[in-house]
Amino acid sequence: MSAVTTAPAAGSARDLTRRFLSNPGAVIALIVFVGFCIAGFGAPWIAPQNPYDLRQVDILDSLMPPGSESFTGMTYWLGTDGQGRDMLSAMLYGIRISLVVGLASGLLALAIGALVGLIAAYRRGWVDTVLMRIVDLQLSFPTILVALILLVILGRGVDKIIFALVVVQWAYFARTVRGVALVEGARDYVEAARGLRLGGMRILLGHILPNCLPTMLVVATMQMAMAISLEATLSFLGLGLPPTRPSLGLLIANGFDYLQSGRYWISVLPGLVLLAIIISVNLLGDRLRDVLNPRL
Amino acid sequence: MAEYITRRVLQALLVLTVMTLLVFFGVNVIGNPVYIFASSECDQACLTAIIKDLGLDQPIWRQYLTFVGNMLQGDMGKSFTHGVPALHLIFERLPATLELAFAALVLALVIGLPMGVYAGLRPEGIGAKLIMSFSMVAFSLPVFWIGIIMILTFSVQLGWMPSVGRGDTVDLGFVETSLLTLDGLHHLAMPAFTLSLIMMAMVIRLARAGMREVMFTDYIKFARANGVTERRVLGVHALKNILIPIVTVLGMEFGGVIAFAVVIESIFSWPGVGKMLIDAIAVLDRPLIVAYLICVVFMFVTLNLLVDILYSLLDPRIRLGGGRA
Repeated sequence: MSAVTTAPAAGSARDLTRRFLSNPGAVIALIVFVGFCIAGFGAPWIAPQNPYDLRQVDILDSLMPPGSESFTGMTYWLGTDGQGRDMLSAMLYGIRISLVVGLASGLLALAIGALVGLIAAYRRGWVDTVLMRIVDLQLSFPTILVALILLVILGRGVDKIIFALVVVQWAYFARTVRGVALVEGARDYVEAARGLRLGGMRILLGHILPNCLPTMLVVATMQMAMAISLEATLSFLGLGLPPTRPSLGLLIANGFDYLQSGRYWISVLPGLVLLAIIISVNLLGDRLRDVLNPRL
Repeated sequence: MAEYITRRVLQALLVLTVMTLLVFFGVNVIGNPVYIFASSECDQACLTAIIKDLGLDQPIWRQYLTFVGNMLQGDMGKSFTHGVPALHLIFERLPATLELAFAALVLALVIGLPMGVYAGLRPEGIGAKLIMSFSMVAFSLPVFWIGIIMILTFSVQLGWMPSVGRGDTVDLGFVETSLLTLDGLHHLAMPAFTLSLIMMAMVIRLARAGMREVMFTDYIKFARANGVTERRVLGVHALKNILIPIVTVLGMEFGGVIAFAVVIESIFSWPGVGKMLIDAIAVLDRPLIVAYLICVVFMFVTLNLLVDILYSLLDPRIRLGGGRA
């Protein structure tokens, strides 16, 4: 939040924090999101079992409804899946992978997109035209189509799905950042910096970039929710992550086969978690937009 | 004018060429399809024969040239698994997908437009707040999850709706459709609704924003002053003007809907091209994958080109301003 203070007319960080927290919905969303982060990143220490360690999983315990007890006396609070894995543990590990993919792809896309946007806005002329043509072209293709093509070609893997998500997302950041940077670039403080004969790089990174941060933060939050949702969709199709690294989407897909026989928990529980994460991130983004009031 | 259209067409051709290169080279470096055909007793001579038969012994650039040459003549190769021309399979399955997409489009308009108009007229009311929440949820939630919940609720628990397949179809001579049978519509309802959600959310937002803008314009005031009934003011004068951006966005989104149908078809086992793609990926049926991707990209680029050309016809600023307003 500290970088936000440099934004003109945005108020102090403490002021912004107070305004952000004055909305109960946003506070709940923040608590939910932080809770999932702790649960996900702490999965190896919190989870009752390591669902991918075959010595800890017993196939005889498969498809047990929530609350069942295993032969060894362990309680499966959220039931087990088709391979006898404890759903609670599988979901904790799933949250971890979904969050890592969402965060990593969002941050990478933000970095690349912001760089492209800043360069386009600063250099203007043919550089701007060429870069924005590419952005237009990228944005004209439906995200799901591009991601599908890339994953068909690349195959499964955490790195591959992050790459695919970065490819479909960077253009949003580039266009937004260019828009804001163009407005900022025309302001007096940039003129003053030029008058002081500061270097182009310094003006771009030291003066224009900080003033683009509020907008970037809002777009990044929204894009992260989209990335998590898209990753889940692709994994559900069997295109995203390998079966050895199941995200929430893959867990839902595994459970889908058992849905018709009434074993709802394998699919529905990870789905509810996915839902909670996406909604909380979206609410956070909404609130950030209201508080930071960027020119989107 | 002619110059603008020529430039746009050339651009579209360039995009298509780049996409065929990407798709062809990309798909042809994954996996080794020879093992799909080879039985376990297959020795080296038999493997070589299969490789030669599939044309895989050629250098990849020559494979590409052969592929492009054949493609221009409407031949996209034979599906490895089905043994029939890939394009034939696609055209056989495409009506089911188009039907699904078309039904989704209609649903999005029929449900979304009244909701958006209402929310735009009474933006402070509870109804508007509910509608906008619905739009946000439909837009941000993963659609496949909504589909699963609908199956769980309406098929598994209540047993009202079928969750698998397409139902009875009627042969119209040139195409089979399930829009004309009750059983067909029954099967179509859930997948089409699920597919329409994203478009519906967009229609709601656009209609609401449009209404809020239009209702304060002079021509609405004058229409009212003239004693035109409120019904006519809304239904004719306002609606006509908010429809322009909605139709544009839906037109541009249609390619995306076809691509997104992959997800819906997988959930509801709808026998369209999307389901076929997922099956083809599972067995590494390269010609079918390539044919599908190129067909969708082609459809998409053509649609965008048409929208752009139509726009330049309607709005001279675009063709004179070099494309960027």
